[in-house]
Amino acid sequence: MAKSDEYERLMRTEGATIRENTQGFNEGRYESVAKLEDYEALKDEARAIKEDAIERLPELIEELREAVEANGGTLYVATDAADANEYIREVVAEREAERVVKSKSMTTEEIEVNEALERDGVDVVETDLGEWVIQLADESPSHIVGPAIHKSRDEIADLLNERFDPDPPLETAEELTQFAREQLGESIESAEVGMTGANFVAAESGTMALVTSEGNARKTVAATDTHIAVAGVEKVVPSVEDLAAFVELIGRSGTGQDITSYVSLLTPPVDSPVVDFADDETSLSELGEERDFHLVLIDNGRLAMRDDDQLRETLYCIRCGACSNSCANFQSVGGHGFGGETYSGGIATGWEAGVEGLDTAAEFNDFCTGCTRCAPACPVKIDIPWINTVVRDRINRGADPGKFDPLVDGLTPDAEGASTDDDPLGGATADAESDGRPPLDKRFFGNFERIAGLGSATAPVSNWLADLGPSRWLMERALGIDRRRDLPEFRRETFREWAADRGSASGTATSNATAENSDGRRVVVYPDLYTNHVQVDRGKATVRVLEALGCEVVVPDVRASGRAPFSQGMLATATDHAGDVVAGLEPYVASGYDVVVIEPSDLAMIDREYEKILGDEHRDALDAVADGSYEAMEYVYGLLEQDGRDPSGLVGAAADDAIERRDAAAEAGVVYHSHCQQRTLGLEGYTVAVLERLGYDVTTTDVECCGMAGSFGYKADYYEVSMDVGAQLREQLDAAGNADRVPLASGTSCLEQIDALLSRSPAHPIELLDPDSGS
Amino acid sequence: MSTDADAAVAKLEDVGVETRRIEPGEFAETIESVVDDPAVGVELEELAVSLADTAVDVDPTPAALKAAATGVTRASLCVADYGTLVLPDDDRGSELVSLFVDHHVAVLRDSDVVADMETAFERFDGDLREAMRDGESRTSRILATGPSATADMGELVIGAHGPERVTAVVLEE
Repeated sequence: MAKSDEYERLMRTEGATIRENTQGFNEGRYESVAKLEDYEALKDEARAIKEDAIERLPELIEELREAVEANGGTLYVATDAADANEYIREVVAEREAERVVKSKSMTTEEIEVNEALERDGVDVVETDLGEWVIQLADESPSHIVGPAIHKSRDEIADLLNERFDPDPPLETAEELTQFAREQLGESIESAEVGMTGANFVAAESGTMALVTSEGNARKTVAATDTHIAVAGVEKVVPSVEDLAAFVELIGRSGTGQDITSYVSLLTPPVDSPVVDFADDETSLSELGEERDFHLVLIDNGRLAMRDDDQLRETLYCIRCGACSNSCANFQSVGGHGFGGETYSGGIATGWEAGVEGLDTAAEFNDFCTGCTRCAPACPVKIDIPWINTVVRDRINRGADPGKFDPLVDGLTPDAEGASTDDDPLGGATADAESDGRPPLDKRFFGNFERIAGLGSATAPVSNWLADLGPSRWLMERALGIDRRRDLPEFRRETFREWAADRGSASGTATSNATAENSDGRRVVVYPDLYTNHVQVDRGKATVRVLEALGCEVVVPDVRASGRAPFSQGMLATATDHAGDVVAGLEPYVASGYDVVVIEPSDLAMIDREYEKILGDEHRDALDAVADGSYEAMEYVYGLLEQDGRDPSGLVGAAADDAIERRDAAAEAGVVYHSHCQQRTLGLEGYTVAVLERLGYDVTTTDVECCGMAGSFGYKADYYEVSMDVGAQLREQLDAAGNADRVPLASGTSCLEQIDALLSRSPAHPIELLDPDSGS
Repeated sequence: MSTDADAAVAKLEDVGVETRRIEPGEFAETIESVVDDPAVGVELEELAVSLADTAVDVDPTPAALKAAATGVTRASLCVADYGTLVLPDDDRGSELVSLFVDHHVAVLRDSDVVADMETAFERFDGDLREAMRDGESRTSRILATGPSATADMGELVIGAHGPERVTAVVLEE
C-alpha cells in the first residue's frame, strides 16, 4: 500500500478518536501548567536532575544495586531484549507461576516480554484497561500514555461483547469499566507474579515511582508475592527528593491532570501482607510478607545513546506523551502512523533510532515537520525537533548511529548533494540510496534557494510551465510533489531587486552615516527566501512601515537562512547557509543595525537552530546576530510601545486590494493565525498587540500548526494529512464570529495553506499597516 | 496550621474526596455515618481516636476484606496544594484495606497537612534518612489524589480498579 493510502486509512478509522483524545490532553496541559507558580523553573529543575543522572548513570546503577540488595531484592541489568526476557522467564518459572498480571509499561512492550512468557505457556494479563483492550484486540498501542486512545467506546463495547458475550451486552463506559474491573480483579487475585514498569527509580534507597490512575499497578504489586519491575536504565535518579519535580510535571504534561490518582512510591519488596482472599481465619497483621522483588533494568541501546551527543537527550524523556498531544500531525494519524516498533510521537524518532535503528526511525520520521510545538511542552525541555532533524540527516546519509561521525566535522555540502548553478538539484540523476545523499525530493526542497532563484529569473514563464499538467505529473513522479497543491508563484521582480531600485539596498555595514529622519534606528530587513521570491508584498510593506516609523532601512544581499535544507535533514548544507547568514549580518549588527526578519521560520533558525548547527566556532557573532534580530511585528511593537513612535504615518494604501482589505478589517475585524515556530519563540502577542493598538478587533486561532509546515504539505505522501490538519484551522477561521474577519498569518506556509483552505485571501499582518506610498 | 488544613479541605473536595473536618469527640459517630457496611479497617496510629470505638472490623481476614464495602485507614500526610492523601504501605495491611474496597475512608489530623509537594518530599526524604539510620530503608507509600479513574473505555469513568469513593476525616487540633 502506498504510504498516503495507509495514512488516509488511519485518519478514516482512528483519526476522530485520536484527535478528540489528544486535543483533550493538550488543552488540559495548557490549563494545568498555567496553574504552576513557575513552570519554566520546574522544567529546568527536572531537566537538571536528568542531565546529572544520565551523566552519572554507571555509578548510580551500582548505588541502586546496593540499595535493592540491601532491601532484599535483586537488580538485573539486561543488555538487550533477549537477555531481559530470559531473566524474566527464569524468575517466572522458578515461582512456578501460571499467571503474570501486568500494569502498563512501554518498556515491556519494547522487549515483547508478553510473547516470550506466553511461549512458555504462562497466562499474561494486562490490567491497565487500555492495555487490556489492546491485548484483546491484538493491536499495538497508539499512544505511549493512552494505548487505546484510537478506539471509541462503541468499538470497545463491540470488542468485549464479541469476546465475552455478556448478557445484557455492554454499552456505557461505566458498564465497560465495571466489567473489566471484575474480569481483571479475578486475574489479579489469582496471579503469582505482578509485573510493573517504573517511572523513576531512586538509586539511594531503591524506591520506585509508579504513576497511574486506575489503581491496577497498586493491586498488581499488593496481590502477588513476586514483583518484577522492568525499566530502562535511564529511569534511575539519585534520590527520592529528586522525584518531587517529576510528580508535579508528569500528569500535567501528559494527560493534563495536575496529578494522577495514584503515585506509588514503593521500596520493594513491599511490607504488605501476602493474602489469599479465600482465607477467612488469619487476620492481616498475622500474615507473612514473604515477597520476592526483581528490578530488571534494560540497556537495549540506551548506553550507546548516552555516548551519542545528539541522541543523549532522548534519555531524559519521562514518557509523558506531551510531544504526541501537541503535535498537529499526531493528532491526525496517531501513533500507528507517527510511530515505530514501540514508541510514538516526536520523541519516538530518538527512541526508535537508539533502540531499533535508523531504518525503523526512517519509517515515520518525516511526520516531524520541525514546527517545534512539542518543544515548550516537554517537561524536561528536550529539543525534540532537533533530534528528528539529526536523525533525518543520518537517514539521508545512510549512517549507522554506532558508526556516527561528529555531526558537522568531516561533512561537506557536496556530500549531501548541494546544488550548483548547472545542477540545481545537486545531482538529480544519482541514486541517493547508494551514495549516502538525501533522496531526490529532499534535495529538491532542501535546495529551494536555487530553485527559487531560477523561478524568479524566468517568471512568469516558470510559473506557467510549472502549472501545466504534464509538469505536475512529472513533479509528482520524480519529486513527490502532490498535483493537488498550488505551487508558490515566483515573482519576476524579487524583493531585493525592488529594494535596490528604490535605493534602499545600498546601505553598508561600515557606513556611519545616519539618515536625517531615522531617529537613530537603522534596520536591516532580512530578505528571506520566501519574501524575496514569492511573498514579495510583505517585504515591501515591511520596508515602508519601518520607514514610516522613522527607521533607515536596508535590504542587503544575505543568503537564505538554510531552513529549507535543515527541514530536509541536510545539515551540512544548512550549516553552510548558517555560516554565511551570520557572516552577512554580523557586520551590520556590529555597526548598530537591528535585524528584522519577516518569515518566522527563518527567525527561528537564527534564534533557535543556528546554535545547534554552528557549534562554538561562530558563537560570539551568532549571539550578536540572534540578540539583534526581531520578528517584524515584534519590532514594530517596540517602535510604538517602547520608543513611543507615532503610528499616524501608517495610513494610506494606494493599491485597490490593500484598501479593500483594510476597510474589511476595520469593519469586520481580523482573525490571526500565528506561526508555530513564532509561538514557540513567544512572539505571537506582539502582532496581536500592534493590531489592537491600531484599532483592529483581533481574534486568534489556537491550532498547533497549519498543516503545511514548509514542504510537508506539498509531498504526495502527506498531502491528505496536511489537509486534515488544515481542516482544523479552517474550522476555526470559518467559525461563527470569525467567518467575516480578514485572515492574517505570519508564515509563508500558513499563508499558502490558508489560501488553499479558504475562499478569503490571507495577508501578512504587516500588510495591514502598509502606508504604501507607491514606491 | 489551620490555614493549610482549610486549604486542604477545599482542595480535597475539589478532587472528589468527601471531607469531614471534626472534633475528635465526634469521631465514632462520624465514622458510623460515612461508612458503607460491611466496613473493615486498620487501627489508627498517633491519633487521639480509635476504631475500637466503632463497628469497623479492625485487622480483618483477607476474606472479610474481600467482602467489605469500606476500608478505613490512616493517611499519614495530606498535600494541601493537590488534595493528595499519603497512604502508608505497611505490614498491617493498610495498602490492602485502602485499595481492595469500593469506598476508602482516610483519617488524619490538622497537623498532618503540608502546604505543597516539595514539603511532602522533604518529609519523605527525612523519614527515609531516619529509617536508614535505624537500619531499615524500606518505606513505601502511595500518593492518592481523589478516587481511581480511567478514560480508557471511551469516556472518563470514576472508579476503575481502586476505590470509586474516597472520604477524608480530618481531626481538628
